[in-house]
Amino acid sequence: MIIKNSLDNLSRWRWDDTFEELERMRQEIERLYQYPAMKLFRGRSSGVFPAINITEENDIYYLRAELPGIKADDLGLSIANNTVTIEGERKSDPEDENTKYHRRERDAGRFSRKITLPAQIDESKADAKCSNGILTIVLPKAESAKPKKIAITAV
Amino acid sequence: MAETSKSLQAKEKRGPLSVAEQIDQGPTFTPDVDIFETDGNILVVADMPGVTPENIDIDLRENTLTLSGKVSSPEGPDEVDILREYETGTYFRQFTLSEMIDQPHIDAKMTDGVLRLTLPKVKPVEPRKVKVKAE
Repeated sequence: MIIKNSLDNLSRWRWDDTFEELERMRQEIERLYQYPAMKLFRGRSSGVFPAINITEENDIYYLRAELPGIKADDLGLSIANNTVTIEGERKSDPEDENTKYHRRERDAGRFSRKITLPAQIDESKADAKCSNGILTIVLPKAESAKPKKIAITAV
Repeated sequence: MAETSKSLQAKEKRGPLSVAEQIDQGPTFTPDVDIFETDGNILVVADMPGVTPENIDIDLRENTLTLSGKVSSPEGPDEVDILREYETGTYFRQFTLSEMIDQPHIDAKMTDGVLRLTLPKVKPVEPRKVKVKAE
């Protein structure tokens, strides 16, 4: 009896409705993505500290990382070929036995990250600075990686 | 010291804690904070990378302490994204302070993208005996 009933239901199933429902859900999800907060989830984090943004402008790469509370002295930076290594340590606040914590969200610890850039870099012209907790590394492309104009001679 | 330090994990920036916190166009983030108490002070330390001392706004009214800091995009107009792992926007967070705080003497410092607020505790009022003069 149960089987017969469910078979009856199945034959009455309207596929149009199903697709309409799916389409409605798809639109709903798309609408959610319009919210600025949802846009944050689009960022692809590598899970490695620190998070890095790389941009390109003509013959220069810019690499930026958010490193709040890290002094330039506590940072180690090296460039070999087209790989940049950032390493360092974020120190926690010195505390004594009288310190009582109410909230601890800021992490401390060591970090090391290697990033390979899409083209060769001229290491000698690289420059880095740290301001307001943002590390900015300017990486000019090597001569060999720059696009070259080739003159065409008419024969 | 070196043995005890663990390795840092990357974490996603947190969005606003509630929808009502949206105060500006663009993304809003909740800064990570440490709150701790010493003998005389309560300290609030907040990570706000990219916020300059001029761009931070600390507002205290009716026991609500509001921290907000705007980060303008550091990228130039001609820069093209190759890798994007974080966004920039406004940091926003609110705290309710107790009456125990000496509100006019709150001190704020900003170094390397870290805001450090010192909230002095009010010293307990010493009981005063009023002498009644007999005339």
